[in-house]
Amino acid sequence: MIDIKNISKTFGDRQILTSINGSFKPGDTSLIIGGSGTGKSVLLKCMIGLIKPDSGEVLYDGRNFLTSNLEEQKAIRREMGVLFQGSALFDSKSVLENVRFPLDMLTEQPENEKLDRARECLRRVGLEAAADRMPSEISGGMKKRVGIARAIVLNPKYLFCDEPNSGLDPLTSIKIDQLISEITNEFKITTVVITHDMNSMMEIGEKIMFLYQGKKLWEGNSDTLIHSDVNELNEFINANKLIREMEK
Amino acid sequence: MSRLGSYFIFLGTLFRNREKVRVYLSLILNECTSIGVGSIFIVALVNTFIGAVTCVQTAYNLTNPFVPKNIIALIVRDSSILELAPTLSCIVLAGKVGSNIASEIGTMRITEQVDALEVMGINSSSYLVLPKVIASVLMFPLLVIMAGFLAILGGYIAGTLAGVISAEDYISGLRFEYKPFGVTFALIKTVVFAFLVSTISAYQGYRVSGGALEVGAASTAAVTNSCIAIVAADFILTQMLLT
Repeated sequence: MIDIKNISKTFGDRQILTSINGSFKPGDTSLIIGGSGTGKSVLLKCMIGLIKPDSGEVLYDGRNFLTSNLEEQKAIRREMGVLFQGSALFDSKSVLENVRFPLDMLTEQPENEKLDRARECLRRVGLEAAADRMPSEISGGMKKRVGIARAIVLNPKYLFCDEPNSGLDPLTSIKIDQLISEITNEFKITTVVITHDMNSMMEIGEKIMFLYQGKKLWEGNSDTLIHSDVNELNEFINANKLIREMEK
Repeated sequence: MSRLGSYFIFLGTLFRNREKVRVYLSLILNECTSIGVGSIFIVALVNTFIGAVTCVQTAYNLTNPFVPKNIIALIVRDSSILELAPTLSCIVLAGKVGSNIASEIGTMRITEQVDALEVMGINSSSYLVLPKVIASVLMFPLLVIMAGFLAILGGYIAGTLAGVISAEDYISGLRFEYKPFGVTFALIKTVVFAFLVSTISAYQGYRVSGGALEVGAASTAAVTNSCIAIVAADFILTQMLLT
C-alpha cells in the first residue's frame, strides 16, 4: 500500500503540485492521468524519491519515505521497480545484463541463481530469445518489455511505470498494458502508472486519479471515467474521437 | 563561484555512500582499457611529432657556432619531460577522454539511465564517475611516460634524419645535466591534471538537463574548462615545485 499525503511542489515561482492526496492498493493497477504539463511525472518522481517535494508525505506500508534515513530509504528502494518513459536501459549492457543488473548490485545471490532469475523475468515478458542483444538492436516495444523485466527482477512490492505506451503502436501498447496488469495481479504488486493513453485507461484502470494544473480533480475507475461530472476531465477524455463516438 | 561550490559538492558525493569494492574493480579495469589503451595512438602520434618539431626548430634557432650541438637534445629532453609530455598530452586527453566522459554521462542523464541507478538506491555519481577518475589517475601517468619517451625519440629521429645533430651529440645531450626530479615533477603534474580532467568532465556531464544540444554543450564545456584548469594548475604547480 502506498499513501501520499498533501504532496506539493514548486519550481521557482511555478506551482507544479498542490496538496495531492491518494492511496494505491496492492494488486491494483492505479493510473495517474492528465494532460501534458499537469505534474504527473513530477508526482511520480516525488513518490520514488528523485524529486523532493516541498511538503507532504509518501508512505510505503506506513514507512515515511521522505523522512527515512539513507539506509531505510535504500531498503524501500529495493522494494521498488521503475519503468521509465524511455526505458532507461544501460546502453553498454546487453538485454540480459540489464535485467541482471539489480541482482548484481543489490543481492548476494550465487551467479547461477542470478542468471536463472534474469532469464525467468525475460521469459515472463517474452524476450528470452533477445537476451544477448544490445538495447540499440531491439525495438521500442521490446525495450519497454526489457524495462519491465528489469523492474520486476527483484520481486518488487511497488511498481511505477512512467508513460509505458509512449512512442508505441496501439497493438504493442495494449500488450504492454496487459503485461503490467497481469504482473500486478499475479504478484500482488502495488502498481502506479502515469499515462494519458485512453486505451490504457479503459483497459487496465482499476483506479484512476486525474490531475489538472497540479491538482487532483477526480478519482475513480475505468467504469466511471466517461460518466464523470468534472468538466476538465470530460474535456480531456473527449479529445479522443473514439470516446466521443462511444458517448453518442 | 556557485558553479565552483557545486563542483566541490559533486566531488564529495563521489566518496559518500559508495558501493562494494568488487563492484568498482571491473569498472575500473574497463575504464583503464578505454581511457589508457584507447588513447595510446593519439598521445604517441602527437608527442613523437612534437619532439621532432622541437628538435628541428631548436636547431634552426641555434645559429651561434659557440653553442654545442648537444644543447639541442638537452632542450628537447627538458621541454618534453617538464612541459610538453605532461601538459600537452593532458590537453590532448582532455579533448579525447574529457569529451567522452562528459557526453557519455550527459547522455545517460538525459535518457534517465542515471535516474534508473538512483531509484535502485545506487549512488550514481560514485558508480559512474569514481571508476573513471581512478582509471584516469592510473593511466594518464603511464601515457605521459610513454609520451616523454616518444617525444625524445621523435627528436632523435628527426634530428639525425634532417642532419641537424649527430646521434652521438643527441645522446650526450640527453645525459648532460640530467635532473631526475624532472620526471617526478611531470608525474605529479599529470596526476593532478588527470584528476581535474576526469572530474570536471564528469561534473559537466552529470549536470546536463535537456537534450542532444545540451550534451554537446556539456562536452564542449568539459574540454574548455579542463584545458583552463590544466594551464592554471600547471602554473601553480611549477611555482610550487620548481622555484
